[in-house]
Amino acid sequence: MKIFVTVKQVPDTTGKVAVNPDGTLNRASMQAITNPDDLNAVEAALALKEELGCKVVALTMGPGPAEAMLRELLAMGVDEGVLISAREFGGSDTFATSQIIAAAIDTYGVDEDDIIFSGRQAIDGDTAQVGPQIAEKLHLPQVTYAGEIKKECNTLLIRRMLEDGYMTVKVQTPCLITCIKELNTPRYMSVLGIEECFDKPIRVMDYAALKDHPLIDATTIGLKGSPTNIYKSFTPPVKGAGTMIEGSAKESAGKLVSLLAAKHMI
Amino acid sequence: MILDAKHAMEQKLFRQFAETEFTKEIQDELDQTGKFNWEVFRKMAKYGFCGVRIPKKYGGAGGDYLSFALMVEELGRVDAVLSIYANTSNSLGGGPLMLAGSEEQKMKYLPPLASGEKIMSFALTEPGAGSDAGGIATTAVEDGDFYVLNGRKCFISAAPIADWAIVFARTDLKSKGSRGISMFIVDMKQPGVSLGAPEKKMGIGGYPTCDVVLEDVRVPKENLVGPLHKGFSVAMQTLDGGRLAMAALAVGIAQSCLEESVKYAKERKQFGRPIAEFQGISFMLAEMATEIAAARELVYNAAVLKDAGKDSTQACSMAKYFATEMANRCAYKAVQIHGGYGYIKEYKVERLYRDARITSIFEGTTQVQQMVIASQLLKK
Repeated sequence: MKIFVTVKQVPDTTGKVAVNPDGTLNRASMQAITNPDDLNAVEAALALKEELGCKVVALTMGPGPAEAMLRELLAMGVDEGVLISAREFGGSDTFATSQIIAAAIDTYGVDEDDIIFSGRQAIDGDTAQVGPQIAEKLHLPQVTYAGEIKKECNTLLIRRMLEDGYMTVKVQTPCLITCIKELNTPRYMSVLGIEECFDKPIRVMDYAALKDHPLIDATTIGLKGSPTNIYKSFTPPVKGAGTMIEGSAKESAGKLVSLLAAKHMI
Repeated sequence: MILDAKHAMEQKLFRQFAETEFTKEIQDELDQTGKFNWEVFRKMAKYGFCGVRIPKKYGGAGGDYLSFALMVEELGRVDAVLSIYANTSNSLGGGPLMLAGSEEQKMKYLPPLASGEKIMSFALTEPGAGSDAGGIATTAVEDGDFYVLNGRKCFISAAPIADWAIVFARTDLKSKGSRGISMFIVDMKQPGVSLGAPEKKMGIGGYPTCDVVLEDVRVPKENLVGPLHKGFSVAMQTLDGGRLAMAALAVGIAQSCLEESVKYAKERKQFGRPIAEFQGISFMLAEMATEIAAARELVYNAAVLKDAGKDSTQACSMAKYFATEMANRCAYKAVQIHGGYGYIKEYKVERLYRDARITSIFEGTTQVQQMVIASQLLKK
């Protein structure tokens, strides 16, 4: 049994977002961090590893410097990193990205009892599409928005957290699960982990390694193979702090009505 | 110094951990109650902080002095006393064992220190033997398979929570000064060991300190660490590393003084503009930043020398002398920049001022460092 975790290096949104002329992100000019939801996925994988003793493999697609992120994950306890990196893969949208990552996972080899964990969504694009698309392309069952995970033999019991409630889903392995931040608190790297992470393997999968896979086709990867084009990139304006209305129910209802009326909302 | 990838990662871990875990509530509680916070200590131990410098073979992470210095600095930047929590097992507690312990002693004592299950304190100082550490009066007299210890140790950090202590005692009663001193591992729960009242300190609250009284304490002979009568040189070598760590702590405290001051100077308005716009303030900031950068280089350089196995006694003393005095100067300026608010406990600089003060005293005062540096210069 092994667990794959898909991770993405994203620009730190506390900094300023820089955009290339073609609309894609200028990653080089921004501070890079591991996508927060992906760290929840890593934590879920490491928790299961501690329980079951399986191997955890973190995969990322990105330019060479993404290796530094993989090293940090190895320092947290991940056993192996896979860096999917090639000029041909650059500029891929979610469709093309999932195509390539699915090909990489398939090339690595998926066994009957394997699990793939992904973060719910990345903070740079907020699409929440890559995880589910990987599952579709590998013909694996998927469960999204996991807020609780329990392993029972060759099935997983997942509590899906939805806006108005939750849903408990039983799914057979191999499968793909997308994780939300409520699932867990990601651990830190450990000092011993850092001392040892440079001896752990990072496998590079370039174009040559994946080009013969059935999912890889020059027309479906990279910027040219991406059906979506970025029309405009922007940093969403920061929402102001909410207003707390205090007092008795009657008083606060009165204040609320007058506030809404002042804004012509009622 | 430009850190390599490994050390940069460690620096990131220590910074992230301290900024997330050392909340203001915890810092205030430590300062106000003086009580040891086991929860934070155990969490630090879980991530390997207590064994940063302890070899992997004995349950540690096997890091070097540079890793150790980075940890003490980064943790100390957020909270000085919590930095000391992670320091002891790597320095004065575990240090004598790493330097001179037998294989059995290392296997028995170092793993629980690295994991944080046990705490070892360092009992050298006595009421009559501070800077003159060779003046210790505690005795250890051979009696069959035991040594019988008698004496009083003072200012022993962590003594109230320690499981064991490295106790220095005179085994050759005829010799004087630094000769004829030996090291013993003493079980703090054993009959004859008693503690004085916890000291009420100016700063670094939350790491209890008290006297340790030894009355006919029978220590088995296998608890003698290193060769008989040769304990003093191990104490001095241990203190070399300890001084490096305390210099790193001073850099962390000073960095915090600078950050608090920059933030405050930009916010605080007087005469219709932020006080940072006044040269009297901005020059103080420039001075602090420059001195911190210089001290940091001294610390990292001493660490690298130690890691390379070079003679680092002078470098460690220079780092401690400069960095700790510098931290005191920075703390003074930080309070000065904050004005009246800097004198109020709600502002962090008030505590930084008190925490900085001990750095130029413990593990060898500034004057002792000057003696060490001068003696190195003059013996050539």
